[in-house]
Amino acid sequence: MHDTEQKQAQLIEVNNLTFGYGQRLIFENISLQIPKGKVTVIMGPSGCGKSTMLKFFGGSLTPHSGEVIFDGINIPDLKREKLFELRKRMGMMFQSNALLTDINVFENVAFPLREHTDLPDSLIHHLVLLKLEMVGLRGARDLMPAELSGGMARRVALARAIALDPDLVMYDEPFTGLDPISMGVAVKLIKELNEALGTTSVVVTHDVPEGAGIADYIYLLGGGTVVGHGAPADMMHSSNEQVNQFMNGLPDGPVAFHYPAEAIGDDLLDIRQ
Amino acid sequence: MNWIADVGAKALSIVSNLGLAGRFFAILAGASLRALGRFSLVIKQLYAVGVLTLLIILVSGLFVGMVLGLQGYYTLVSFGAESSLGLVVALSLTRELGPVLSALLFAGRAGSALTAEIGLMKATQQLDAMEMMATDPVPMVIAPRFLAGLIALPLLSAIFTAVGVIGGYLIGVQQLGLDSGVYWSAMQEGVDFYADIINGVIKSMVFGLIVTFIAVYQGYFAIPTSEGVSRATTRTVVNASLSVLGLDYVLTALMFGEV
Repeated sequence: MHDTEQKQAQLIEVNNLTFGYGQRLIFENISLQIPKGKVTVIMGPSGCGKSTMLKFFGGSLTPHSGEVIFDGINIPDLKREKLFELRKRMGMMFQSNALLTDINVFENVAFPLREHTDLPDSLIHHLVLLKLEMVGLRGARDLMPAELSGGMARRVALARAIALDPDLVMYDEPFTGLDPISMGVAVKLIKELNEALGTTSVVVTHDVPEGAGIADYIYLLGGGTVVGHGAPADMMHSSNEQVNQFMNGLPDGPVAFHYPAEAIGDDLLDIRQ
Repeated sequence: MNWIADVGAKALSIVSNLGLAGRFFAILAGASLRALGRFSLVIKQLYAVGVLTLLIILVSGLFVGMVLGLQGYYTLVSFGAESSLGLVVALSLTRELGPVLSALLFAGRAGSALTAEIGLMKATQQLDAMEMMATDPVPMVIAPRFLAGLIALPLLSAIFTAVGVIGGYLIGVQQLGLDSGVYWSAMQEGVDFYADIINGVIKSMVFGLIVTFIAVYQGYFAIPTSEGVSRATTRTVVNASLSVLGLDYVLTALMFGEV
């Protein structure tokens, strides 16, 4: 009984997923759960595959083995049409924002609505303005993406990601490259929108204070597997050395400061010869 | 012995690229039929690849016609055959220079722009974003550009030919003093609508297909970095130009080989 309740509370379950490019394995037998209605933050050092994880959620990559179960559906099994159907329930904010550069802010946010609904223009107009109001950019509707600052572009991308009121919103590095004010806005928006819309959010980031600030739950990835997971407070004071090193930004620890090399003494003597 | 392996690897990569291109063409053809239903997207691209290429076509067409007039006149006059100038200018343009030169100019002006645009859309994750928004980018982005190229090049090439004939007239008649009636009547007499004009149009349709396909293919499969996009753009111009020249020979041999 308790077990089924537990299951229902998860929007996504990754079970024993293995994936790699060529010989290099990115994930080895990794498992994690994304709880429904919460903000889950996936952290890890650069290159640990945290953005790759989002591609499994969105179905744009297929794992070598293992399951990615979204609301009871195993994503890797889906044919393209069914996958597209499922993607209408997901919103994604890309690290590069990925706004369509040949149409303005309004049309960017309207894009998913026009593509996937038969709503009349007047209603689309209302919906788009409401979404833009949520991110504070109702007044910028006529600007082209090239005219936006980095922070504004990210907010437009956010408005577009939530245009269809998705069950899952994914944020790929939402805090990278923002000035402190825009960063504060992004943090506030992700937290608030998750509550206001009742969606599930997955945030991929390596910014510890911001990530920990909005997280209900944190997964720390490294070396192809889950290094640690837990509530933000528990993670900050973890006794696990690897978790501790990352969360507190220590320059040396289990992740060594030095790139592997022979002992410096031998190296220097070698040169003298 | 390594060179044997190199040759093998090269051959494999050529075959697999051809397979990829073939598959992409089949997908694109299907998507293009669907894109016909959203013609507003095609019209937008027709402006980008057609109207914006118009100026270079007009200027080049005029000068090519003028050169033909000049060269033709001085060559013909030594045989006393300057009365055929109109015919020479018109045939050269409708059969060869119109379709071929417009296709080469089109590859340089519109083809490279198409590749760069699609490549950059890929590099900035716009195509990924469409995929994630459950919208297939092929019918949405690629097919309208492909159709626009197919439609635009035959029209541009017809304009090139027409302007070239006027260029020949300006030099032959206005400057060198050939009789205007002789210039036009030789053309009317000697140019056959099917054998010359329609065959020229068929050529430019084939060139439109090949140039635009190469451009969108290179853009869609470009490595999504600034270096990758710049290399893809170069490849578009080089491959499209070579294909046009090579195919021109094949088409000419087929069309005009047996008279």
